[in-house]
Amino acid sequence: MASLTSTRTPRGAGGTTRKRRSTVPLLLGPFFVLFAFTYLGPILYAFGLSFFRERFDGIGWDGPKKVFAGFDNYTRALSDAEFLQGVGRVLLYGLVYVPLLIAFAALFALLLDSAVTAFRKTWQTVLFLPHIVPGLIASIVWLYLYTPGLSPLLDGLEVFGWEIDFLHGATVLFSLVNIAVWGNLGFNVVLIFVALQAIPRSTIEAARLDGASESRIGLRIKLPQVMPAMVVATLFTIIGSLQLFTEPYILQASGNSSVSSTWTPNMLSYTAAFQSNDYHYAATVSVLVAVLAGVLSFTVTKLSNRRALR
Amino acid sequence: MSTLGTQVGTGDRAWWMRRSFATLLCALAALYTLMPLVWLLFGVTKTLPDLYGSNGFAPSGGFHVLDNIRDLFAQDGGLYGRWLLNTAIYAFGGAAVATLLSVAAGYAFDKFEFRGREKWYGLVIAGVLVPHTAIVVPMYLMMSEIRMTDTMWSVLIPVMVNPFGVYLARAYSSGAIPNELLESARMDGASELRTFFSVGLRLMGPGALTIFLFQFIAIWNNFFLPMVMITNNDLFTLGQGLFTWNTGVGQNPDYTRMVVVGSAVATIPLILLFIPLQRRWRAGLTEGGIK
Repeated sequence: MASLTSTRTPRGAGGTTRKRRSTVPLLLGPFFVLFAFTYLGPILYAFGLSFFRERFDGIGWDGPKKVFAGFDNYTRALSDAEFLQGVGRVLLYGLVYVPLLIAFAALFALLLDSAVTAFRKTWQTVLFLPHIVPGLIASIVWLYLYTPGLSPLLDGLEVFGWEIDFLHGATVLFSLVNIAVWGNLGFNVVLIFVALQAIPRSTIEAARLDGASESRIGLRIKLPQVMPAMVVATLFTIIGSLQLFTEPYILQASGNSSVSSTWTPNMLSYTAAFQSNDYHYAATVSVLVAVLAGVLSFTVTKLSNRRALR
Repeated sequence: MSTLGTQVGTGDRAWWMRRSFATLLCALAALYTLMPLVWLLFGVTKTLPDLYGSNGFAPSGGFHVLDNIRDLFAQDGGLYGRWLLNTAIYAFGGAAVATLLSVAAGYAFDKFEFRGREKWYGLVIAGVLVPHTAIVVPMYLMMSEIRMTDTMWSVLIPVMVNPFGVYLARAYSSGAIPNELLESARMDGASELRTFFSVGLRLMGPGALTIFLFQFIAIWNNFFLPMVMITNNDLFTLGQGLFTWNTGVGQNPDYTRMVVVGSAVATIPLILLFIPLQRRWRAGLTEGGIK
């Protein structure tokens, strides 16, 4: 799986390859036609849109006119406080969420892999359940659990004298992190767990005979071997956090949280497109989010390649 | 703990300590995981006043499940059933096509040599790493130029493309299909396309199932794409429908009950369906080389 970026050595069939090549377009064609339509097309289209803007001439009888704007949309975004704050929030969110999720996922994958833990099958199944629950439903249920009056959780905390406002102020960020951790922990546990299971048992036995403790084996022997899986999990989680939309959107739409309609760049893009009808700006924001994702993915792969060269 | 002797002597108690600690950690995580689901499950048994008034982590006094479900499907002229059907169409149709396309592409990348193969493959991998929601709004703008938005196709076509599936399929193909087998099929004079369907597809079955299940869940859970593409009530997904009800609570407080019951009805069958399949797709992940 570390080979997400590396290429594989060709080991296809031998001699008569040339004759068979005519089949390749048939097999690849359908995928790439749709890929072009749903990935390349929108990206190029967004890129194109981002260099134009709409202008109303005179009193605007003729409707807006499309005019070339150069980098205007980009300079606008980069000086737009809402956009910058959104990016800041998403980065802060990622900074809390990504390490937390990956650390917990690694911990529980190790526990599920270790013979020390009892009832491992049960825990596995239970932890994975949220992956099947739609993010929207998870958000709605957690929203209820955060809402005073409806939430048994808040009542419980009150008994201890804790009155936490989950939906306002700085806490909101952590409330959102919690929803995401809840929803994605199990899936990432499985990703790492599956990798752990593939480690040759003899390596672990040898360490055990040397008297290494179970936790030492986990941290020093098992984890380094599943680094590639952890890198992939990290990469997906980072990309996921940049896309943050559903959870804050639900909180925002409920009307009793401090989440604004431009809380994340994605929400800003959505609001620009569907509330302000400012398609050019929406496209610009989308392009910037994609660029940010590209930069972060590149950094993570580069860093991890240096660390765990394979 | 460096000698074997001490390990046997005090080891027993230490082992039990560690076992309890490890198991306790897992139990706490399980409790955390189950808490919202339990709340949802008990929610189904409740009337509206109960939802606000009674303990969320306990069942209600009376049993209102059947009434609730009947009301759910009757609400707003039976829209819920319509949404359920739409979501099923998007999820089954999209995942089936996505799986077939991914498997065909992965097979081609693995078993054929052609010019620029790794360049094309690099494009697919780039697709895996692009944040999908960043594409959705531009895709809407593009589709609205050709008046494609607000149709079922505007949701179906995008979910038919799964670059990560191609990545997995390439790994399955190299692991599950011996080249000799293809050779012998070719010797028998089968055409390449026929070989793909009769040998390739059959051997990649377990892997294909994994891709299908992942994509199915991804589509079932997708909220942003339909939210952007669809404005027509009749084409809504469950997620969109529940979302509109949830935002309508101000006008009709009973929507709270509908959202709770509707969420449970959308979730529980899926959970029951996927638990037995768990082992299958975990095996699929291993084969896919995620290690």
